[in-house]
Amino acid sequence: MIPEMQVRKSPLALSRQNQQKLGFMGIRLISLLTILPILGIVVYIASRGLAAINWEFLTAMPRDGMRAGGILPAIVGTFYLMIGTALFSIPLGIAAGIYLAEYASDNLWTRGIRIAIISLGGVPSVVYGLFGLGLFVLFFKFGISILSASLTLSIMTLPVIISTCEEALRSVPYSFRVVGISLGGTQWQTIRRVILPQALPGIVTGIILGLERAVGETAPILFTGATFFLPHLPSSPMDATMALPYHIYVISTQVPGMPAGIQYGTVLVLLAFVLGMNLIASLIRSRARARRQW
Amino acid sequence: MKSSERILTHAIRIAGSSSILFVLLIFVFLVREGLPALGEVSLSDLFSTRWYPIEDLYGILPLISGSLVVTLSSILFALPLGVGTAIYIGEIAPQKVKEILKPAVEIMAGIPSVVLGFIGIQALSPFLRVFLNLPTGLTALSGSILLALIAIPSIVSIAEDALYAVPGSYRDAAYALGATQWQTIWGVVLPAARSGLLTAVMLGVGRSLGETMAVMMVTGNASTLFAGLDSLIMPVRTMTATIASEMGEVASGSVHYHVLFFIGILLFIFSLIINVSSSSFQVKSKQEKGQVTS
Repeated sequence: MIPEMQVRKSPLALSRQNQQKLGFMGIRLISLLTILPILGIVVYIASRGLAAINWEFLTAMPRDGMRAGGILPAIVGTFYLMIGTALFSIPLGIAAGIYLAEYASDNLWTRGIRIAIISLGGVPSVVYGLFGLGLFVLFFKFGISILSASLTLSIMTLPVIISTCEEALRSVPYSFRVVGISLGGTQWQTIRRVILPQALPGIVTGIILGLERAVGETAPILFTGATFFLPHLPSSPMDATMALPYHIYVISTQVPGMPAGIQYGTVLVLLAFVLGMNLIASLIRSRARARRQW
Repeated sequence: MKSSERILTHAIRIAGSSSILFVLLIFVFLVREGLPALGEVSLSDLFSTRWYPIEDLYGILPLISGSLVVTLSSILFALPLGVGTAIYIGEIAPQKVKEILKPAVEIMAGIPSVVLGFIGIQALSPFLRVFLNLPTGLTALSGSILLALIAIPSIVSIAEDALYAVPGSYRDAAYALGATQWQTIWGVVLPAARSGLLTAVMLGVGRSLGETMAVMMVTGNASTLFAGLDSLIMPVRTMTATIASEMGEVASGSVHYHVLFFIGILLFIFSLIINVSSSSFQVKSKQEKGQVTS
């Protein structure tokens, strides 16, 4: 009890035990303050949006300047954008992850790649939008289209997929590689047949989390692929499209007299989309952890 | 090695370096579209205090001021809440509470910013307007509260990693000297984790600075310079919101278009500095700890 003896106590000083009680109470309160708003928001949206959701809402075109009918084109558009983003970002992201985990040596170039990945992860979403406008829409002349928006979202998603893929590969023990090579496999055969299957759950989790972010983003598609209203579904990758996040922005700020039910219903659909992906990712992760034998 | 395998290995190497290419492409295309602004608007006009594009007034100082006000005030909320929650999860919470809190923070990270913006319009702004008796609830304060919700999950997860990285022997030493758990957290663990905590805060700043949709929807978008604390309860306009709300309406190649891209260059450079410098903190702190423990 030496520290206590050195402290000259003022009459107001708390004992160490009470200090701890007070401190813990403060920390618990802070955590509660952090968590409650989020749970509150989810419950609030679910309770107000559920009433609006029915079969017609999910499968019909909007009517009356979007004030009635359904939100099918926004749902389909978000789905298309997700598929487009997946097509570009998954192969590139996995390949880059394999490179960093299995091939790259620790030199200046590799450090450059890591700094580039960190930088990509920090670029503001609206700057991705500007970049997509400059490169894909105007320079490559893809126009305001699903293609331009998907390419823009892919580059935004890439850092997430690369980092999680690399991490998943690195978590496979070194001995697996030694065994693969010693059985006469080439480096690629070892990666393909031994390492990748072991790392697969981690990689899939990373991909889902990356796509989840892309699905919810609005700013990158504002000037690259999103459109206010479409009377029909997009029929080719060169068409502009409606999308759930942009649609939420439009019906909550640009359309006067919007019925609240449709607003909350649309928000709930996007939230269910995104949180559903989050749930799948964590299920895969926890199942893989439970099964893992190393 | 088979030739098909050689080709594949090459492809993986190229994919590995793609991040560098994308960072360069982003920079090149921002500069290509944004640098002409410097020829069309004199520097003194660009860094002046009135943003009024209709009258060819392109002073970006109020936009920079708006971004800084909203970002810094959001960190005032997010820092104590985020670090406090990380301390709770990492040091204090019983296992069962942890298993609820961690997914809750993940859900928080997954909520799209446009959804938070919607809640801001529907619930937060009306509440602030009545509670603080303001003419409008669309203020810098509303924006900074939403930004805090967006920054908190990244602060929590990085701060938690930082606390986890503090060697257990530090804690044991503190307990052996008779310190309470609270004294150990406050006097030993937090100081030892300070560089990681700094990284957490800086990345939080980066996320807030680059956030677009939520801010655009709730801050009222009036370009005003910071003039004392009252500015917090008045409408404000950030750099990101300016790009997002005006880019859709300008003719490509016009002065206004170039200036918006110029703002994009500034955002890109700010985010680059924040992210790269905070990641180098992390590396340094790892090295320091290595020296202490070895």
